[in-house]
Amino acid sequence: MIEISSVSRSYGAFKALDNASLSITKGEFFSLLGPSGCGKTTLLRMIAGFDTPTSGTISVDGQPMDGIPANRRPTNMVFQSYAIFPHLNVAQNVAYGLKRLRLPSAEEKRRVEEALAQVSLSGLDARGATELSGGQRQRVALARALVMRPKVLLLDEPLSALDKKLREQMQVELRRLQQAVGITFVLVTHDQYEALGMSDRIAVMFGGRIAQVAAPKEIYQRPVNRQVADFLGGMNFVKAEIVEENAASITVDTTGFGRVRTDKPQAFVRNGKAATLGIRPERLRVLWDDATSPHEVSGKVVDRHYFGEITHLIVEVPGLEKPLSVSETNNFGADDIPVGAPIRLAYDPDALVAMAD
Amino acid sequence: MTAARRLLTNWLPLYAALYIAFLYLPILLLPVFSFNTSAVPKFPLTGLTLKWYESLPHTPALLDAAWNSLVVGFAAAVVSTLLGICAARALTRYRFPGQRAASSLIMAPLVLPEIIVAVSLLLVLLQLGLSLSLFTVVLGHVLICIPYSVTVLTSGFEGFDRSLEEASTDLGETAFGTFRRVTLPMVAPAIISSLLVSFTISLDDFIMAFFLSGTDTTLPVYIWGQLRFAAKLPSVLALGSLLLVGSFVLLTFAEIMRRRAERRTRNTGGAFV
Repeated sequence: MIEISSVSRSYGAFKALDNASLSITKGEFFSLLGPSGCGKTTLLRMIAGFDTPTSGTISVDGQPMDGIPANRRPTNMVFQSYAIFPHLNVAQNVAYGLKRLRLPSAEEKRRVEEALAQVSLSGLDARGATELSGGQRQRVALARALVMRPKVLLLDEPLSALDKKLREQMQVELRRLQQAVGITFVLVTHDQYEALGMSDRIAVMFGGRIAQVAAPKEIYQRPVNRQVADFLGGMNFVKAEIVEENAASITVDTTGFGRVRTDKPQAFVRNGKAATLGIRPERLRVLWDDATSPHEVSGKVVDRHYFGEITHLIVEVPGLEKPLSVSETNNFGADDIPVGAPIRLAYDPDALVAMAD
Repeated sequence: MTAARRLLTNWLPLYAALYIAFLYLPILLLPVFSFNTSAVPKFPLTGLTLKWYESLPHTPALLDAAWNSLVVGFAAAVVSTLLGICAARALTRYRFPGQRAASSLIMAPLVLPEIIVAVSLLLVLLQLGLSLSLFTVVLGHVLICIPYSVTVLTSGFEGFDRSLEEASTDLGETAFGTFRRVTLPMVAPAIISSLLVSFTISLDDFIMAFFLSGTDTTLPVYIWGQLRFAAKLPSVLALGSLLLVGSFVLLTFAEIMRRRAERRTRNTGGAFV
């Protein structure tokens, strides 16, 4: 549906986007994830037609977009500020783009009502734009874009202005809506939970470059480098040395976890013998009493942080440079483990991921 | 609290009251004497009358001057607002070399002595071979109205969320359509305010009109002419009072519209429920 080939965008000496290539398939919920300034919004605005690539081509539905202005592209956008026209009411906002199509008034009314129903705003047609809550404004922005039946819906940080509860609720609704209408969604976000929770695939971006493109689970569990791993959540990094590498797997030696053989992540680029082994804090499990596991490490609790449903334990393991961070649910009493106590941790070798240094 | 501070706190309000009285009390004398039966503006008042007002519609020269003022005011308001829209839009939307200089030059007529500007303009117009008429008065008035128009319109255009225009473009609208359907309605109150302010300034202006009008005079020039005849003074006071009330109403309305424009562009965020 969207082909981005070697697209770069420079502002003077600053490269906002550096040779990005990406292929987004039809009907996909695709997220561009990264910290601010990584180029994700620049890329989205270039797809919409508000910015022009310095080099490279973007095509939508097989059609190159070079020279096609924003008002003639088969894309519609939900703006970060929502950009609801303050001098129009809800129905007039939603009908704004339809006016140019000169539809019969009954047809126009039907499509407006259909769009409002899709975003659960039926009955609010006559409400003034300034009398809406943040969540309602977001729904109006969605309806206004969807009513145009675009081939691609672009969403620029649509949830960032909402409070936490509403944001979580809207994540579920956006996902449901995307599946209902079947339109390709491209979402820009800096929030990894948003991207993980809604997307079919995610592109993680840093400094104008695309670091990894994969499904949420793959991105989270098999990050290609420490930067991606770090951005998507906590990760314990352990120094490793590559002893064997083939097409499908990598074998590394570590202190602490011994010799480990793991699947080779996509786009793994080897850089000498040194590598890093990573494991997420929640993939380390506390072994209580006499329980044993074929894969375990032992150490000593040096610190403890309580977070309500979970507790973070900081565990010093002999031979490891840095203590391990362990995230354990509180239903077995992890919040009562005293600092200084000896502890044994179990892990699944599949949870260990080798990353290029 | 120090003694000096206490002195200030006690006496500043009195100073402020005296200051305001000095500014505005003389203006209030105008309507007071316009209702006086005596032709001499002197206290005590001799009696109340409306005869000076009644005489106004029976003075053809005055009606001509009033009509001229309306025409000039309307033309100056429209032209200075149109030019002001272009300037305010450019100043608020774009960053360009010479922006500060352009902005200062637009505002310069506010602080230039008007008589100097009027004389220079007169010289230029005569050099160009233009004969003095209401048209030349309009030119002069546009010059002095533009700073006010630009100020009012800039506050209407400022804080205008750029994504509103992008959203309109994104929904398929052309640049012109976007201006007509989004930009214009949003700044409409500022435009109305600019029209009213410019009209009022043109209506009240004497110096430009005095230098640049030919045989057709505007109301302020007519009033000035009448002041030479002591017997005409009460009618002039009556006329002046009417102008005062008219200007006051127009300017109040203009300020209300300007504030509404500001609210409209600033307050695009809704209440979070």
